[in-house]
Amino acid sequence: MGMTMTQKIIADHCGKNSVESGEFVEMNLDVVLGNDITTPVAINEFKKMGAKEVFDKEKIVIVLDHFTPNKDIKSAEQCKISREFAKEKEIVNFFDVGQMGIEHALLPEKGLVVAGDTVIGADSHTCTYGALGALSTGVGSTDMAGGMALGTTWIKVPEAIKVNVIGKKKPFVSGKDLILNLIGKIGVDGATYKSIEFTGEALKELSMDDRFSISNMAVEAGGKNGIFPVDEKTLKYMKERKIKDWKIFEADKDAQYDEEITINLDELNPTVAFPSSPENTKDIEEIGEIKIDQVMIGSCTNGRIEDMRMAAEILKGKKIAPGVRTIIIPATQEVYKQCIKEGILEIFIDAGAVVSTPTCGPCLGGHMGILASGEKAITTTNRNFVGRMGHKESEVYLASPAVAAASAVTGKIQNPNNI
Amino acid sequence: MNTIGKAFKFGDNIDTDLIIPARYLNTTEAKELAKYCMQDLDEDFTEKINEGDIIVGGNNFGCGSSREHAPIAIKGAGISCVIAKSYARIFYRNSFNIGLPILESEEASESISQGDEIEVDFSEGIIKNITKKEEYKADKFPEFIQNIIKHHGLVGYVKNKLNQGVKNDI
Repeated sequence: MGMTMTQKIIADHCGKNSVESGEFVEMNLDVVLGNDITTPVAINEFKKMGAKEVFDKEKIVIVLDHFTPNKDIKSAEQCKISREFAKEKEIVNFFDVGQMGIEHALLPEKGLVVAGDTVIGADSHTCTYGALGALSTGVGSTDMAGGMALGTTWIKVPEAIKVNVIGKKKPFVSGKDLILNLIGKIGVDGATYKSIEFTGEALKELSMDDRFSISNMAVEAGGKNGIFPVDEKTLKYMKERKIKDWKIFEADKDAQYDEEITINLDELNPTVAFPSSPENTKDIEEIGEIKIDQVMIGSCTNGRIEDMRMAAEILKGKKIAPGVRTIIIPATQEVYKQCIKEGILEIFIDAGAVVSTPTCGPCLGGHMGILASGEKAITTTNRNFVGRMGHKESEVYLASPAVAAASAVTGKIQNPNNI
Repeated sequence: MNTIGKAFKFGDNIDTDLIIPARYLNTTEAKELAKYCMQDLDEDFTEKINEGDIIVGGNNFGCGSSREHAPIAIKGAGISCVIAKSYARIFYRNSFNIGLPILESEEASESISQGDEIEVDFSEGIIKNITKKEEYKADKFPEFIQNIIKHHGLVGYVKNKLNQGVKNDI
């Protein structure tokens, strides 16, 4: 029986010719990732396991990105634990303030993840690297600890959903709209335990940044991973950052899929997920008037250079509506620097937005833009759960950078095609 | 092993932000995290529960963030086990890894009401509803998971492997 792309990567990493869905296997890991919230818990468990050294100093990546630059004393103490561990264990890929960026934008940018890799990360959005043709998935801290100690992890070989992408993107439609549309169709548990494998003639329409946004939110449908085949765009992206070799896997022609879904880009409009679930999606044409108090553009979903360019295209020469607070966070130092070079930061500041150093802060209600009760925000992040960005009576709407920027200008959720 | 406790019932898609909001993730202490468990759903939850009580959820329990602080907060609050129709995959892994007993049973999840007195026999996977005089069977865990449970979680499992000198050997 044929294998999916994900199954082939698993088979390759567990020394088998083939694997079948439902089978439990232990596989070798190419990258084990943690952040400032999850790593301290992992360090505790690592010690309890009796582990002395990490399995490979170059294959552990620790990024202090959530509550950094530290928001309070407790966060500072947590970061100190990770910092001391990284020093003691001589972790090569340790990223602190000054080098760090939002982890899932940073790792691909630094060439630390490539096609064919297996990656576990103690952060649910680790599935982002599926965009590169890697098998990557989020786990908890104890799994991270086990990965650091052994260089292996256990995995239940997943079944798959095939998503066939056809058609041509309309103006101001991005990867974010595609993934929100898909989650709206299948629900927040529509892909639980499964891989989402993207295919179809229109993948060439999707830039790498589109693909990162799409894979990033596979977990919001419950997916183990969301993976793209490797093409010219993937190769170009990896060649520009090459520090290690990649391996290209393709799904077999007779691979088994549980379900097949087609997304026609010709019919896809900017899409918004209403509170308080990413599956609660609406086409922008159907939303009515929703006034907003805050706009956030950034995060591991949409803090990359194309996201910044899109926001700048809309905000250029315009002013943000009175009473709307707009927070823009380029995801990494490289994206930040590129924004400076292209004059994008000037556009943001002239429009009346605030621009921050990389941090996950506001996305998870950590710091740098917490909402008060009764407030509404439109953001380019990935979750709009109750209390996600602050008070439990605040509301979060999820959308693309184009919709978020257009909304900043008019003070209500806005179709970017109409301003 | 058996446990008896009162059921606290929640709905579908209880996410880990509800179980423990991110604003409290600047610590890893179980007792500290436990104070805020389920706070945004029920402000007095931690005052209402007693040691050994049981959380009953619907579909996709524990979805969202991978934070292990979620099962740690539940366990730290004194909850003896979670019963749900289904779990989000990271929460499922995390619970076994840290030794928070979880059970999957559609029947139990649907039949149990808030406040019912429940007895769970973990070795047999039997859930007894003392209040309603009913009995439900939990789904059996795969053999691989049972092996992790036998080691009292992933720490014991990995420790055993390290002791045997098994490392990145595949």
